[in-house]
This record gives sequence, C-alpha cells and structure tokens, in this order.
Amino acid sequence: MKYLKSDSEKCIGCGTCMNVCSRLYFKEENPERSAIRVFTQEGSQKIVVCNQKCRLCVQECPVQALTVAKTGVVVLNKNLCVGCLACVAVCPIGAMQYFPGEKSPFKCVACGACAKECPADALEIVTQEE
Amino acid sequence: MMDRKNLEDMKAKHRVLTEYSFAKKPLHRGYNDRTLYVNVGTLEIKEKPVSEEMKEKFVGGKGFGLRLLWDGVTEKTRWNDPENEINIAVGPVGGNTNYPGSGKSLVVSLSPLTDIPIDSNVGGHFGPYLKFSGFDALELQGKAERDVIVYIDGNAGSVKVFEAPDEETNSHLLAHQLHEMFADNDNERQHISVVSAGKGAENTLLGCLNFSLWDKRRNGPRLKQAGRGGIGTVLRDKKIKAVVVKFSGLNSLLNDPADLKVIQERGVKLHKEIVSLDSQQCRMRTCGTAHLVEIMNDYDLLPVMNFQYGQHPEAEKINSHVWEKFFTQNVPEGCWYGCTMACAHAVDGFLLKTGPYKGERVVVDGPEYETVGGCGSNPAIFNPEAVLEINFYCDTYGIDTISFGTLTAFVMECYERGILNKERTGGLEMTWGNWEATLEMMHQMARGEGFGKIAGLGIKKMEEYFARHFGADEGFLRDIGVQGKGLEQSEYMSKESLAQQGGYYLTNKGPQHDEAWLIFMDMVNNMIPTFEKKAEALHYFPMFRTWFGLQGLCKLPWNDIEPADNAKHPEPNKVPEHVQNYLDIYEAVTGKGLDKEGMILQSERVYNFQRIFNLRMGHGKRNDDYPPYRAMGPVTKEEYESRQERYDGQLKEKLGVDPSGKSVEEKIKILREYKLKQYNGLIDAVYLRRGWSPEGVPTVEHLQKLGMDLPELVETVKKHLK
Repeated sequence: MKYLKSDSEKCIGCGTCMNVCSRLYFKEENPERSAIRVFTQEGSQKIVVCNQKCRLCVQECPVQALTVAKTGVVVLNKNLCVGCLACVAVCPIGAMQYFPGEKSPFKCVACGACAKECPADALEIVTQEE
Repeated sequence: MMDRKNLEDMKAKHRVLTEYSFAKKPLHRGYNDRTLYVNVGTLEIKEKPVSEEMKEKFVGGKGFGLRLLWDGVTEKTRWNDPENEINIAVGPVGGNTNYPGSGKSLVVSLSPLTDIPIDSNVGGHFGPYLKFSGFDALELQGKAERDVIVYIDGNAGSVKVFEAPDEETNSHLLAHQLHEMFADNDNERQHISVVSAGKGAENTLLGCLNFSLWDKRRNGPRLKQAGRGGIGTVLRDKKIKAVVVKFSGLNSLLNDPADLKVIQERGVKLHKEIVSLDSQQCRMRTCGTAHLVEIMNDYDLLPVMNFQYGQHPEAEKINSHVWEKFFTQNVPEGCWYGCTMACAHAVDGFLLKTGPYKGERVVVDGPEYETVGGCGSNPAIFNPEAVLEINFYCDTYGIDTISFGTLTAFVMECYERGILNKERTGGLEMTWGNWEATLEMMHQMARGEGFGKIAGLGIKKMEEYFARHFGADEGFLRDIGVQGKGLEQSEYMSKESLAQQGGYYLTNKGPQHDEAWLIFMDMVNNMIPTFEKKAEALHYFPMFRTWFGLQGLCKLPWNDIEPADNAKHPEPNKVPEHVQNYLDIYEAVTGKGLDKEGMILQSERVYNFQRIFNLRMGHGKRNDDYPPYRAMGPVTKEEYESRQERYDGQLKEKLGVDPSGKSVEEKIKILREYKLKQYNGLIDAVYLRRGWSPEGVPTVEHLQKLGMDLPELVETVKKHLK
C-alpha cells in the first residue's frame, strides 16, 4: 500500500505542499483546493491528508466511485461520482475534501508531488505491506 | 447475471404499440415545467406545460399528482375505470444528491380500498430519474388490452409503450429482468429504475407498487414500496406490467440549483450529524426503523393481537437486536443517493420455505418497523424467519405489508372468536401466530383463490361479507376492524392517546402515521393536554409533514436524527435546526425565499385541495373521520382487564365514577361514552383550527385566505356548506 507519510514535527507550515497540490490538480494555488491541508493548532503544525488505510469512504460510496487501486491508494472515479459527499462526512480525519459549488470531492492519491518540493522533508511517499 | 438469451427471447416478443420523442432540455431551479402524459389505452402520449400558477399553488410531488388526477377524473370515476390515473412526481427539492432523504417519489391514484385519492411515498430511483429525464410528473391513464411496459429513455428522449407477454409479473424477478434488459452495459444497470407490482396486486385490492434501485454491491435490484391504498392493484388493472425509466449522467447540478454551495454545506453538516450521532439515537444505519419495536413494546404501544394489547413477552424475538443480526451490515443502504441515514436494510441469501419460490435463496428488503408490527406482533407471529418470508412474498406479489398485517390480525381475531372457522376459511387455521396459514392465505391472494380472495378485499369489505354471509354482529366487526375510510390502520396503538386518534383518523387518506405521530407528545410527555393544544398539533404536524410530500423529501432525516443541542432550543419536538435546513435548501434549489409560515401555507393549499377532492368523490366529511372503537378504547372484557388499573383510574379521576361494584361491561360502556365525547370535542377543535365547518368542509373564507378559492373548489364546497 502506497501512502503519503507526514511528520508534523518537521513541518514548518510554509504551505508549499498545498500550493503544489492545488496547482497540479486545479491549475491554481489555493489551499482550499489542496488534498493536503496544513494548519496551526494550539501552537503546533498539523497535517491532514488521507492515510489510505481506513477506507470508510470506499465502504460508504453508493456508486462505487471510490475504489482501492492496485497500489492500495483510494481513488475517485469522477465519471461515476454523483457528488453526494457522504465520503466527506464519514472520513474520520477530514481528509476527503470538496470545493463548495463543485460537483465532486477530491482526495490525496499519493502522487508524491508535494513530497518532492517540501523544504523541510516532512512528507514522503511510503510503500507498506497490507 | 441473467441468461442473456432468455432476455433476448423476451425482447423478441415485444410489440411496440406507440412511440414518442421529446426534446431534451435542462431543468430550471428544480423544475422541468412540463409533465408527461401516457394513456396505455388510447396510446396517446403528450407533454403538458406546468404553469407558474400550478407551481405556486401545488408546488410539486403530491400537489402535482393530485392536480393532474383531479383534471383526469370526474366525481363518478371509480378506481377501475380507465380514467383513473397513477401519477408519480418528485418535487423541486427532490433528486438532489446532497441532502439526506431527497429521493422520494409521491404516487397518487383513486384507491380501490377507499374510493378517494390515496397518496403514498416511496424511495428507489424512479422519481428522480424521471425528473432528470425531463418531467416533473408522470401521468398514467387508460387501460391496455394486454400486458404492456412503458419505457422512458431519458437520455434518448423517447417514450415507448409495448406489449410484453413473457416477462415475469412478480416484482423480484421482473425488476431484475428489466434492469438487465435495458442496460447497455453493467454500469448502466444502476441508471435504470422499474415500477412494478405482482400477482397479489392483480388479485386483491391491497396492491402496492415496487420502485426499484440497482444495488451495485449485491449485484441485483432492491425494491422500495409505495405501499398504501392499493395503487399496485390499479397498475395491474391497467395491464401495466412495469414502467421503466433510464437516465445516465446524474450529478448534483442537474436541478440547476440557485446555490449548490448551500445545499452541499447543509448536506455535509447533516451527514456528519448522522454519522456521529445515529448510533446513540435511532440506530437507523444499523437496524432502520425496526429499532422502534422494543421502544413501542416498552411503552405499551406495539400492536398485539389485532390492537388489543400493546405489549407481549415474546416481542424480544422480533426486536431490532434480532434484525441487526439478520441484516447484512456494512453496505450503504440508502434508497436514494446521498442519504447517509441509510435505513433501507436487507437480508441476503434468505431461504424460502413456502410458495412458488420455495427452496430458493432471495434478498428480503426489510423488514421495516411497520412490517414487523403488522406481520409480526399484530397477528402474534413472533418468529423472525416467518416475518421475513411474509415480507418477501408481500413485496414480490405487490401486496402492502401494512394492510396485509392489519387484516391478518383482524382475520385471526374473527377466527379465535368463532366468527370464522375452518370451514369458512377453506381449511386455513387462522389462530394467533399461525404463520403457515398466514402464508397460505397470501399465496391464495396471489392466485386469486379461496379465502385469500375474500381477505384480499380488505377489512372494510370483509366486515360486510362476514355480516352478510356468516351472520356475524356487524357492530362488533366494525369495532374490531381497525380501518378508517377503508384503509387499514398502520402499526401503532392509538387507544390511550386522543391526539393520535386524531392523527390517524382526521387524515385525508385514512389511518396512516405519515401525517402526525403525536403519541409521545400527548400520552408520554403530556405536552398537549387541552383540545386547543391537540388541535394546534393536529394542524401543524400534518401540514409540516405534507411539505415533504410536495418536495420529494423523506420525513426520517427530519427527526429520526437530532442535532446534539436540539433539546436546548424552543420547541425541540419540531427540530428547529432541521426545519431551517429545509427552508435553506428550498431557497438554494428554487431561488425563492421561504419562511416557516410560507412552508405551512404551501402545504395547507394542497391539504385542503385533497380534502375537497374527497368531498367531490362523495366522502371526506365528519362521519368519515371516526375511528373504530378498537383504536379508541377497550372493546372487550379482556382488553379492559389488561389495563384495568388505567381504565378504573380514568373512570374515577376523569368522570367521578366509582368503578367498584360495577361489572366490566358497565365500565366499558361508560368509558366508551366518555371517549366518544372526547373525540367529538377533538374533532370540533381540529376542524375549527383547520378552517373547516363543523361537518369538516373547508369554508370559502378559508380558501380565500389560502389563495385557493379556485372556481372548481368553491363550487364543490358550496354543495356541502349548508
């Protein structure tokens, strides 16, 4: 199983990852369109991103638009998605995102683009046995 | 997967009778502004425009269905005349994929049980797919010569009516065949929905409609029921085997909402509420409405032995903890997309023990609470597998589980009291709890044979039949036959709650709990002690709940989940935050602002229209609004004695009558007079609050106030306002 491993201890809160992510998938630098979210909570950095493990969203999806790819990554097929956003609600860590007014939600697919550009080495793509 | 060759053979027998093309156009703010008319007799198919006035006064859903029905029939039309219609509509808010409970179809028709309009709401995908195919309502009229299927292809923009001789009639098979037949690939099976009935609907007056949805994980169809009032019987009388819709391309923008962001925000908020709180509140996600069984039993409200008693020691055998084990868990069970309440549970791989499918393993949709109450506790069948088998056969035969359950309990009581016997039932031993005899009666209903054929007429006609043919006491039969206006009562005990007696019997269609459920407010929490307060509740709640039926919404996500801080708000029983959500999503879809008063006004217009429709059909006045005494108080000695302390207390405290030294029969008589007087007081207060005359006729002034002084309505009420 491939996933984006994050270390909030190392995170410096620069937001590069969010810009990289939103630029890659939505052609604009906008943290609201990023599948990884970084913010400060009680004085320390917090990183929210899908760990690909719990798969509650896959279970909840009524149209099986969310599936587990061969790599173990949970992926969304936008052609099947009906935009109900139930997946957003069942995600226990808030890693399933949606941009208000747009049809489909989005999530981290462990592409690693953000990890490559993280100046603090707080992010890395890890492959783990299931 | 079905045998493709079989399907091809069936298709080869189709004979197209008529074909119609329509222009595809996008919706505007929740409306298509047109409805589809299909006459399976004359084969006329046409589009009808929806006027601004129709939207203003009838809104959608049940309102549209009733308006079209009114125009399609006359005061002389009976349920089995070709002029009768089956109208299916959603509503402006319906079909959105974000707010839980947004996929209800509302069906109306003239009922074979009541001879007045019936309305029944149902999940499944048909209504929303019809809407996104381009129509705010489907109006089916006429009678075909041979079995036909009506097929609406929302992507191609075509409607076809064709003869279909070889497809099955019973729904679990027919729906599967049609999903497979009309899908061009596996994925498209989820883009199809089928409306069908079955052999039971053909041969009784209790027919329900099954609305299908394709369950991707089970790889088969699921069936949700428009149960009440015999609409399935009307469908089969029209020789319509099925109505099929296909629509691909569903998404959250199809309603053309004025503000999708608001709908998404309210939807996600409610999803989260449900996901985090449901396990502590109603457990809808694990057991559905069946969680009510133990609550009703604990409060002495579960119907037992034809509504004689409200509790039974064996009820634990059919409570939610039992169903939780039967239900296949961890699959999403919404009857429409985006419903995280997901109460539509199912039992997989159930092995049938009787009937034409004996030995086969099937999926059973449910049971829901009403089915457990009706087909379990009421006839004293405390056997979960028997309840599942009855549930399955009711569905596939197209028989309403509520009417079936309540009438079975009635038949059993008649049998136990000697009104019926083995000779009269043709050998069926209809003793309490005899599930084998109950299933045999149902198979007879489906075959149109034997005693099943008589029972399939419903309680009201059985009362007349038993009196005429078996010399039974008609008054006693009327007391214990728990029906109103011809419709069998749904499965709650109303005996000790005056407000709920009104909630059941001061209704438009008959005793169904979807207008008002006031037992806890009235009996348990004593929140509405006076006639005026009861009348206010019997105004507000039926109107509020009618609104769901105008929009294509489900009632359950309104108050079967409550925000964590709900109790801190004024009038928590109205769930104010959720009411605000509804107002917000209405505006976000239609672009039109609505406040709480406007919401009630929308409902009141349609509610009064339906009341006047009843008058037009020769019913719907005060004398039609009384319950059988079984729904009000103890008919028999045993019932009195089962709650002697309560009833003796009432005699003392409310009537100042000393019960000591009086026989039970005397006490029953005194209590009955008192209860009837109370009910009359309630009727007076409710009619006054609703703007009706003491005879239950909406006044002209009230219609003017509502903006419903349409000439045809004023003309109708004037005939009755003397």
